[in-house]
Amino acid sequence: MVEFWVNVFLVALLVVITFYIIRLKTLIAIVALSGAYSLTAAAIFVNLDAVDVAFTEAAVGSGISTILFLAALRYLPLEEAHQTRYPRLSLSLCIIVGLMLIIAAFELPNFGDPNAPAHLHVAPRYIEESYPLFHIPNVVTNVLASYRGFDTLGEVVVVFTAGLGVITLLAGSTLSMRFVKIENDLDKTNKTSKEDA
Amino acid sequence: MSVIYLILSNWNFIAVIMLMMAGLYIVISNQNFIKKLVGLSIFQSSVFIFYISLGKVSSGTAPILTGSPDTIYSNPLPHVLILTAIVVGVATNALGLALVVRINEAFNSIEEKTLLSLKIEDSRHAYEKDDSVK
Repeated sequence: MVEFWVNVFLVALLVVITFYIIRLKTLIAIVALSGAYSLTAAAIFVNLDAVDVAFTEAAVGSGISTILFLAALRYLPLEEAHQTRYPRLSLSLCIIVGLMLIIAAFELPNFGDPNAPAHLHVAPRYIEESYPLFHIPNVVTNVLASYRGFDTLGEVVVVFTAGLGVITLLAGSTLSMRFVKIENDLDKTNKTSKEDA
Repeated sequence: MSVIYLILSNWNFIAVIMLMMAGLYIVISNQNFIKKLVGLSIFQSSVFIFYISLGKVSSGTAPILTGSPDTIYSNPLPHVLILTAIVVGVATNALGLALVVRINEAFNSIEEKTLLSLKIEDSRHAYEKDDSVK
């Protein structure tokens, strides 16, 4: 029962964080809040028995992702300049779609129902057969690396491709341009501070 | 009373849909590209929470074998799928951020409204001005 109420509280906290992300206009604050969002999501994953996912979300989602956003903000303006576009229209669109999805969500099996179709098909097989086959007690590791090793290989290919994309976008002549710009900015600030002095 | 019970027993699904729609609203209505990317990642993690909620079995424990035969385990399959999705999500985020940095270099703005109001000659001019710094 404690588990259930902790879950309700943490998910409500996520909704509050998202509301503030919508309201705020300072980009650094938005990035910090999205880091907090990921950390809260990691806590929810621990509570819902997904410890491996919680590890990954805390390290990758709230760590690396936030660092990437902050590193990109080094080169970008820090304030949102314009107002939202068509706020009434997009809000009503989102509310209509959300209501339809919520009506559909009541058809789902109850939260935590052990007889839901998802738990009856391959999951028992993974839990019963993986230890005699591979001698690793963690079933998630077994499925990730042994049963679905090719999936994981595909994931690595995706990450490699994204890395290639980032390098081709940011390296080469654009990289040297960026450094020249930073040096010019520094010179300007130095000059103005000397003049002030 | 029964309404409250209905909402609480489906609370994870309802809240996930609210988060999803908040992410969609940010992506549609905000002009700033960084904020759009944050909205996209909110949308993404709401789907992660949805999957993990579907994999939960009540009074179950994490799918790490304890050895005793009457332990109830949660479903490990959604965990595996989401583990992959989180890493891929960060990769797409990195690519999107690189694109935003590049757009800001070429056009000196990351606001959709400003970029749409640029004419082709203007943007070429801005780019050449950048080039002359070198």
